[in-house]
Amino acid sequence: MNILNRILIIMIGCVLSSMALAKDLTVGLKSEPSSIDPHYHNLGPNNSFSAHVFDSLVGSDENQQHYPNLAVSWKPINDTTWEFKLRKGVKWHDGSNFTADDVVFTSKRAANVPKSPSGFGTYLKGKTFVKIDSHTIHIKTAKPYPLMPNDLSTVKIISKKHGEGASTSDYNSGKAAIGTGPYKFVEWVPGDKIVLKANPNYHGALKGKPAFNRVLFKPIKTGPARIAALLAGDVDLIDSVPPLDVARLKKNASLKLTSGPSNRVIYIHLDQFRENSPYIKAIGGGKIKNPLMDVRIRKAISLAINRDAMVTKVMEGIAVKAGQLLPAGFHGVSPNMKPDPYDTKAAKKLMADAGYGNGFEMTIHGPNDRYINDAKIVEALAQMLSRIGIKTKVETMPKSVYFKRASAGGLNKSPEFSFMLLGWGAGSGEASSPLRALLHTYDKSIGMGRANRGRHSDPAVDKIIQKALSTVNADARGKLLAEATEIAVGKNYGVIPIHYQMNTWAAKSSLSYQPRTDEYTLVMGLSNN
Amino acid sequence: MTAFILRRSTQSIIVLFIMSLLVFSGVNLVGDPVEMLINPEADQAEVERVIKELGLDKPVTEQYWYFLMNAFKGDLGTSFIFGEPALKLIVQRMPATIELALFSLFISLIFAIPLGIYAGLKPESKISKTIMAGSILGFSMPTFWVGILFIMFFAVYLGWLPSTGRGEIGSFLGVRSSLFTLDGLSHIFLPALNLALFKLSSVIRLTRAGTREIIHQDYIKFARAKGVAESRVINVHLLKNILIPIVTIIGLEFGSLIAFSTVTETVFAWPGMGKLIIDSIYNLDRPVIVAYLMIIVIFFVFLNLLVDILYTLLDPRVRVQGSN
Repeated sequence: MNILNRILIIMIGCVLSSMALAKDLTVGLKSEPSSIDPHYHNLGPNNSFSAHVFDSLVGSDENQQHYPNLAVSWKPINDTTWEFKLRKGVKWHDGSNFTADDVVFTSKRAANVPKSPSGFGTYLKGKTFVKIDSHTIHIKTAKPYPLMPNDLSTVKIISKKHGEGASTSDYNSGKAAIGTGPYKFVEWVPGDKIVLKANPNYHGALKGKPAFNRVLFKPIKTGPARIAALLAGDVDLIDSVPPLDVARLKKNASLKLTSGPSNRVIYIHLDQFRENSPYIKAIGGGKIKNPLMDVRIRKAISLAINRDAMVTKVMEGIAVKAGQLLPAGFHGVSPNMKPDPYDTKAAKKLMADAGYGNGFEMTIHGPNDRYINDAKIVEALAQMLSRIGIKTKVETMPKSVYFKRASAGGLNKSPEFSFMLLGWGAGSGEASSPLRALLHTYDKSIGMGRANRGRHSDPAVDKIIQKALSTVNADARGKLLAEATEIAVGKNYGVIPIHYQMNTWAAKSSLSYQPRTDEYTLVMGLSNN
Repeated sequence: MTAFILRRSTQSIIVLFIMSLLVFSGVNLVGDPVEMLINPEADQAEVERVIKELGLDKPVTEQYWYFLMNAFKGDLGTSFIFGEPALKLIVQRMPATIELALFSLFISLIFAIPLGIYAGLKPESKISKTIMAGSILGFSMPTFWVGILFIMFFAVYLGWLPSTGRGEIGSFLGVRSSLFTLDGLSHIFLPALNLALFKLSSVIRLTRAGTREIIHQDYIKFARAKGVAESRVINVHLLKNILIPIVTIIGLEFGSLIAFSTVTETVFAWPGMGKLIIDSIYNLDRPVIVAYLMIIVIFFVFLNLLVDILYTLLDPRVRVQGSN
């Protein structure tokens, strides 16, 4: 009897505890958002978090494909106007109704948050929001503007009632943090935790009703500590699993790991605007004309990179070889481009043809705390390049120092380095994002080429990019973007892609996380095994 | 005494000023915060808006002038990242760090002083040699590594204690701290032990050295000859006299526990000031770095003063200069 009783108690205990586990979730995050205000800081951790509490008009799924969120449909009705039909019957977390007024209010606030260290102005400027009726919005632009759904997928809609006159602190305290998303905001203790609870009235556009009663986000910055917390059962899901640990953790039956390619390409920028590049010398230290200005040398460098080894050895298999700016599946990706083969013979011949048969000396730069295994990638690159006669020195540094020098450390605030490792994540999910920022001629007046740190410039490429950016027809635009990529990357070697970063999530074995290309960690992406 | 405190205070203001100058110019030499904060997809116009918003368009000298003016009003600047006053951010996280430091100090003292005295009284015994060898280990093992090891052993392997974070917060006599709940204590134990390890070792060695020296003093011999109980000899005659160097070290070390618990806080995801400063340094949140270092300077000055005052209470021979 006694034994039976015990078994019964244990069984009840098991049932109760498994029920409790299914309802509550704790997530260990590498980076914590800097605010609860969805318009304060336009950066990954913030946008990822705010998607739980707030919705955008256009949703962006795990592959950054659009789906109807607060808007049920959208279309251009003429060259300069887009029409958005809003979802009916949506309630804010306080029970009030969502209407077009909230959208118009959001369009005014999102770009003008005081002290915002990175705002949404880039996505909202030049757009006029007009309310047609309570659930229809027209957005007017001066010129045809195809990226309207992409831009609006980034901006979270806030309630006019609570947002009027509200400061960022009002959101952080929870007073104004009233959204329409699947989870309601409960509490934020910076550096410690963010607490959410389910919104039973959620409209269900993303994966239906919320699956967890209570969600706790815990920032755990260091990789080993994050893994330990998962192994100890203190958290149910972690993001950014270090590649080195992936193989070992995959063998652990109590965990479920999922990896997927991200929208982030790791690539090389090469100085193409200075005859005398500061970190390039002839063998022995003399002055030479910058060899990177010659497309044959750039091609030779691409051929000298053993991308297979890079992926399998340096990245522990957690990456995908890259031949262009975004992996297959994204809009504007060229179907014709493949990663360059590893061919030192052809590379050496190109070097000789260009008149650098004896090679040259070069210092290559990279960050050591920004991308996955970044410093190791730079070291591997250096070795690979030395095989075709380029004598390399490696210098890596923390991102806080690196990016300033890479963007504006040289004369007259020009980029300092000659050859540098960088990464680019296409937040808008289209090839236009890297093309306009990395390969369009640097031009402050039209906001192009901001991150073009090699100052690559080809008027033909510029023309195609600009044409694409005003082509509303999606197929035609995709073709133009692919064409621009084929010329700028495939022919000009304006940048040299190495690999697409992959991200890995680990959950306890009863759950599994659907990897996202935008690197966000969304509780909605969890499913039961 | 009053004159002494006054003089100390004037000195500290000068120290603070020099420190602010050094720190401010130091952090402004490194990197570009805008590059750290901004979404890479932003265009040049947005970059310029942010530069202006953060006040980085002005020359460094002007920025420093604004900082000084505001500092007099008690405003140490606004965090670039959080958009909230730097002082508020630091004060928000101070309790977590202070309770961690206090608890680890507590751990190190209750173990270190008895162990040190024992090792000093019986230097040749095996136990003493083990204690001393252990203290060398405590000195030389890197905090980060030990922290991870603790987590792997106590949290992952044994599953006794939680691996990260701060526990529930309780309230006692109006003070809110995680030390007042069982959940809080279970969370604080590992990080506090990790942080205490180094102090533990240094206090053991210090206590042992003090004991070895003082045990041969005349007054101890005299006390023993007089037939005073051994327990009283140790607890009163000996302990009181070895405390002076220990108090000095503890005072300063307590400061460094609070100021530089960064490693432990990072490993255990402890939401204290140390984690804030390390994140701020990584992300170039200049106002928070400057404000933090200012506060730490004030803190150290204050602790030193406290140590000096404690001396006079412990040892009547020490008289604060200028007290007459």
